Amino acid sequence: MKILVPVKRVIDYNVKPRVKADGSGVDLANVKMSMNPFDEIAVEEAIRLKEAGKAEEIVAISVGPAKAQETLRTALAMGADRAILVETDDEVEPLAVAKILKAIAEEEQPGLVMLGKQAIDDDSNQTGQMLAALMQRPQGTFANTVEIDGDSVIVKREIDGGLETVKLTMPAIVTTDLRLNEPRYASLPNIMKAKKKSLDVKTPADYGVDTAKRLTTTNVAEPPVRQAGEKVEDVDALVMKMKALGIA
Amino acid sequence: MSETVSANGMDSETFDQFIDQLERYVRERLLPAEKEVIANDRVPEDILSEMKDMGLFGLTVPEDYGGAGLNTRQYAQVVRTIAYAAPAFRSIFSINVGMFNSAIKNGGTDEQKAEWWPRIAAGEVACFGLTEPGSGSDSAAMQTFAKPDPDGNGWILNGTKRYITNAPHADVGLIMARTEKDALPKNAHVSAFIVPMDTPGVSVGSADEKMGQAGSHVADVMLDDVHVPGDALLGGETGQGFRFAMQSLDNGRISVGAASTGYARRALDSALKYANERQAFGEPIANFQLIQQMLAESWTEIYAAEAMMADVTARVDRGEDTIKHAAAFKAFASEMCGRVVDRVVQIYGGAGYLAEYDAERFFRDARIYRIYEGTTQILQLQIAKRMLREYANM
Ligand SMILES: Cc1cc2nc3c(=O)[nH]c(=O)nc-3n(C[C@H](O)[C@H](O)[C@H](O)COP(=O)(O)OP(=O)(O)OC[C@H]3O[C@@H](n4cnc5c(N)ncnc54)[C@H](O)[C@@H]3O)c2cc1C
Repeated sequence: MKILVPVKRVIDYNVKPRVKADGSGVDLANVKMSMNPFDEIAVEEAIRLKEAGKAEEIVAISVGPAKAQETLRTALAMGADRAILVETDDEVEPLAVAKILKAIAEEEQPGLVMLGKQAIDDDSNQTGQMLAALMQRPQGTFANTVEIDGDSVIVKREIDGGLETVKLTMPAIVTTDLRLNEPRYASLPNIMKAKKKSLDVKTPADYGVDTAKRLTTTNVAEPPVRQAGEKVEDVDALVMKMKALGIA
Repeated sequence: MSETVSANGMDSETFDQFIDQLERYVRERLLPAEKEVIANDRVPEDILSEMKDMGLFGLTVPEDYGGAGLNTRQYAQVVRTIAYAAPAFRSIFSINVGMFNSAIKNGGTDEQKAEWWPRIAAGEVACFGLTEPGSGSDSAAMQTFAKPDPDGNGWILNGTKRYITNAPHADVGLIMARTEKDALPKNAHVSAFIVPMDTPGVSVGSADEKMGQAGSHVADVMLDDVHVPGDALLGGETGQGFRFAMQSLDNGRISVGAASTGYARRALDSALKYANERQAFGEPIANFQLIQQMLAESWTEIYAAEAMMADVTARVDRGEDTIKHAAAFKAFASEMCGRVVDRVVQIYGGAGYLAEYDAERFFRDARIYRIYEGTTQILQLQIAKRMLREYANM
C-alpha cells in the first residue's frame, strides 16, 4: 500500500505571529517557517504504518513556494520515500489544494491519504474533507488512533465528549489530531540520506488546476488583549464575584 | 580526501536542517528532562539512545566512516546549541566528537581509523586519560608507564588517571602514558594508547562527587598490568602522544568555549524572563537601569564570544595555526560565562541562591569551564608564550 502525505509549510508554532500594519495578513518576512505540526503527525503515522509492515511507500507532497522543498526534505529525513513539490507562489486555498491532491492521487493510486486536520496558519480544517468529497472516498477526520484491518482502516476520531470509531474502506482519507502520536526528530544520518531521495517539482498547471483565489481577506487583526485577572480572598468571594459577572 | 571533506564540512542546507531539528530537540526534549537528569544524576537511557540515533556521537567523524563529517565551525555550532541544556547532555558525547576523534584524525593509522571511527560514530562512548593524581596542568609529568610486552609486540600499562570524564560509561579510552623513563624534549617521552575499557587490568573508581554538572561523571581509571596489542599505540609510533594530545586540545578548547557560550545564553535568557516577571517597588525589576546594565553587559559579552567562535573556527577550517586563538576563545568564553551566571544569580536576588530556581545550578555548572581543558592561567601562559616567541622572531 502507498500512503500520500500532504505537508504544508507554515509559520513555526513557536513564533509569535505579528499582524501587518495594514491588516492585510500576518507578517512572514524573516519569520521562521516549519512543517505544519499536524502534518508532522501525519508523516509520523505513515512511517509507523510502514515500519509495522502495513505500507510500502510514503510519498510526501507540498503545494507552495520553492522554499517548501525544505519542508519536504524534513518529511524525507523523517522517513518518507519520495516527494512531490507542486510549486506556486500564490497563496493557495483549501479547495485548490484538494483538487491538486485529487489529481496526484489519481496518478499515484494510494491506499491512504493522511494529512493534518488543519494547518496552524489559517486553521481552515477543510482540505481533507474537500479531498474526500472530490475523490468520493470515505474520510476519518481528527484521528486519535489509526489501525489497518485488511482492506479497511479503523480510525478512532476525537469528537466532543469522547472518541468515535469508524471503519473505512480504502482508499480513504485520514486527518490527524494532536494526540495520534509524537513525531520523531530527524536524525543527522537520515537528513544526510534524504538528500539523495527523489523530489519532483511540478506546477498546478501540470494537474490542470487553477489556483486563483476564490476568497478575499478583508481584515486581519490581533486578538483582543486579555484583561488582567483579579485575586479574591476565598471561595465565598469567588462565588459572589462570579454571580456578579453573571457566569455562575 | 577526508581532510578536505572535514574542512568544507557538510553542505549548508543539510546542516541548517539538522540545527533546526536539534534546536527543537533541545527545547522539547532536553530542557524538560533536566530535572530528571539532576534528580537521578544521569542522562535517561531513552534520551541517550535518541542522541545516538540522531548522530551526535559521530558529528566530526568523516562521512565515509559512518559520521557526519562536520567541519569545526559546524561542530562548534552544534555544541553551542546543545549546551543550552544541562551540561550532562553535551558531556556524554563530548570526548567522542572532541578529543578522541581528533586524536584519531591527527595521529591514527588507517587501521585505527577503520576500527574506531565507525564504533564511536555508532555511539560507543570514549574517554580521554591525561590527568593523574600528581599531574594536571603539568600533564607531561605523568607517571603512567607503558613498557614493551616481553612476550610479544604489545605493551603493558600501569598507572592511575584522575578526573576522567565519562570513565564510568566508557567503552574505550585514549590513555596517555610514558614510554621513556626520563622526560624528553617536546615531551617525546609520552605516547598515546587506544585501550578498550574491558581490557583485563582496567578498572574504574566510583564517580567523584562534584560541584555541578549533575548527570555527567568523572572517575579514576586504574591500569594494573594492562596488556594491549602493538596496534593499540596511536599512530604506530612512540613519542608522538603528547603532540597528538595537544593538537586535540585545540579542538577540545573550542568545544568548551562553545559550551560556555551556549550556557551563558541559556542563563541570560532565564534572567531576562525573571527580570520581566519579578516585581519590586511596584514594577518589573527589568525596568531598573542597574538590572538593565547587567543584562546588557551579559548580552554584549556573549556576542563577543560568539564572534570569537566564528573567527577561530573559520581559522581552524582554513588550516591555520590556532593555538593562540583557541586558547583565547576558551579562556574568554569560560570566564565570560562565569561572569554571566554570577550576574544571573544577582538578578534573581534571594531566589538566585535557592536550589528551587535554576540560577544557582547555572552558577555551579559553569565553574568547571574555567578549569578543564587548560585552566585560564595555563591558557594565558600559552598565549603569552606565543606572543613573546612571535615578537622575538619579528
Ligand atoms: C569535571 C572534570 C572533568 C575532567 N575531565 C578530564 C578528562 O576527561 N581527562 C583528563 O585527562 N583530565 C580531565 N580533568 C582534569 C583537568 O583537565 C585538570 O583538573 C586541569 O587541567 C587542572 O589540573 P589540576 O587539577 O592538576 O590543577 P593544577 O595543575 O594542580 O593547578 C592548580 C592551580 O594552579 C594553577 N597553575 C598550575 N600551573 C601553573 C603555572 N605554571 N602558572 C600559573 N598557574 C598555574 C592552575 O591554573 C590552577 O589554578 C577533568 C577535571 C574535572 C574537574
